[in-house]
Amino acid sequence: MATPTLLQGEQTARRTTVFMKILMASTGALFVFYVLMHMYGNLKIFFGYQAFDEYAEHLREMLTPILPHTGFLWLFRVLLILSLFVHAYAAFTLWSRANGARPQRYAVKSAAKGAARSKMMRWGGVALLAFLVFHLVQFTIAKVNFNGNFTAAQLGDSTGKLVIASFQLWWVVLIYVVAMVALGMHLFHGVWSGAQTLGLTDSAASRRLAHATAHVVAGVVVIGFLLPPLAILFGLVK
Amino acid sequence: MNLTLNIWRQDGPEAPGRMVTYQLADVSGDMSFLEMLDVLNESLITKGEEPIAFDSDCREGICGMCGLMISGNAHGPVTTTTCQLHMREFHDGDSITIEPWRADAFPMIKDLVVDRSSFDRIIQAGGFISANTGSAPEAHSVPVEKRKADRAFEAAACIGCGACVAACPNASAMLFMGAKVTHLGELPQGQPERYARVVKMVAQHDHEGFGGCTNTGACADACPKEIPLDVINTLNRDLRGALGRGR
Ligand code: HEM
Ligand code: SF4
Ligand code: FES
Repeated sequence: MATPTLLQGEQTARRTTVFMKILMASTGALFVFYVLMHMYGNLKIFFGYQAFDEYAEHLREMLTPILPHTGFLWLFRVLLILSLFVHAYAAFTLWSRANGARPQRYAVKSAAKGAARSKMMRWGGVALLAFLVFHLVQFTIAKVNFNGNFTAAQLGDSTGKLVIASFQLWWVVLIYVVAMVALGMHLFHGVWSGAQTLGLTDSAASRRLAHATAHVVAGVVVIGFLLPPLAILFGLVK
Repeated sequence: MNLTLNIWRQDGPEAPGRMVTYQLADVSGDMSFLEMLDVLNESLITKGEEPIAFDSDCREGICGMCGLMISGNAHGPVTTTTCQLHMREFHDGDSITIEPWRADAFPMIKDLVVDRSSFDRIIQAGGFISANTGSAPEAHSVPVEKRKADRAFEAAACIGCGACVAACPNASAMLFMGAKVTHLGELPQGQPERYARVVKMVAQHDHEGFGGCTNTGACADACPKEIPLDVINTLNRDLRGALGRGR
């Protein structure tokens, strides 16, 4: 139940739901940058697994010798992980708030886009989180090879070879198709929403730009990420 | 026309509520939605039954009292207030479901009537300017840019009806608050308290139990005064401004 009292004393912006949204939007913007870079890197597989492995090595050498080997990579990873905690914490806090804000549901709901979009962002976000765990275990943490046609000796320590072996399996590709559609949908609303949360959509023109950017980013990300797995599945990259 | 009406009945805040179905015959297309309910209530009174409680005041679309959820649409199928909605928007044989606004911050009073005083407290928290009262100042003494005047005027059209909250999947009141913040923040008179205002209003909003915004736009679609979604952008920007100023 709501408390029918007027708040007394000083209030701070950092305690508000709008601030939570600003945290979500800024961490979201970092993810968008990261995801675009990641997508670009994946496309290297079209130039062979050597090019792919070389790119991965370059990431580890970034800002050396100022930073040690893999120094930059680890700084960025830590930043991403912290951001993910902040993003998910804000998402779940606002989700639970929203549930509490309407304890008694309507008997008839209009087909308004609103409810569907919020559900898409929340359940889609949970799906992304599950995918993220699977993806990291598969290619980074445990480097699991599901393809019986390749032995561990054949793959060696080449991530490029592991990628090619993995996406020769239809069900691995299917998981990635589903996940990337979820990511595309998240960005389709998220990029626009983040722009509005950051206060960047002041005019009709900037609103159109935010919507257009969201649609383009979502499209580019889905297509860009799915090109390598599909090309491998259909034998275009071996 | 003849209508089937499914109406939420609830004797009081703590009483259990239920949907009750009524048949209403010979409804004229020229009646307003509230007049249609008046006719139903008269027939209930004649039968010795308790009439349906619903809110209204001006019945000309300016006070914001008459909010009803009509078959899942706030204020019904057209962009107007319930009192300005006419029965010609419906058809013979239609079945119409009528519910109160549903939000934790709008507690139930009776039947279709909810308590929207949380909106008053949000205004009390910061939705005002502090100025010496007295005779009206000369209109030209403080110049206002045309663009800003127009935007302030557009936002000032908000009547505090609560349809934005009712339609929002998160029961958030950001459109209402954004309208107030934009209305005052675009004008020179609103500047001294601008950043304190937004923090106090949002803090009160959260304290009342409204949800957070997900920028879905269901609010602006439901608003009878067509308050645009970009007032929420202004609200967000002002809150960011307040953060930058250490508030
Ligand atoms: C941990 C898993 C995740 C969860 C639970 C989650 C959930 C959410 C939710 C509920 C929103 C708010 C939607 C709205 O305001 O309409 C959101 C926004 C957003 N998300 Fe995620 N998300 C997750 C991961 C990601 C990832 C991996 C990315 C990047 C590719 C991302 C990018 C964004 C962006 C850009 C926004 C917009 C920020 C805003 O609305 O202001 N999210 N997320
Ligand atoms: S913003 Fe529109 S829907 Fe919300 S209270 Fe004001 S007039 Fe009503
Ligand atoms: S009764 Fe005043 S707006 Fe409808």
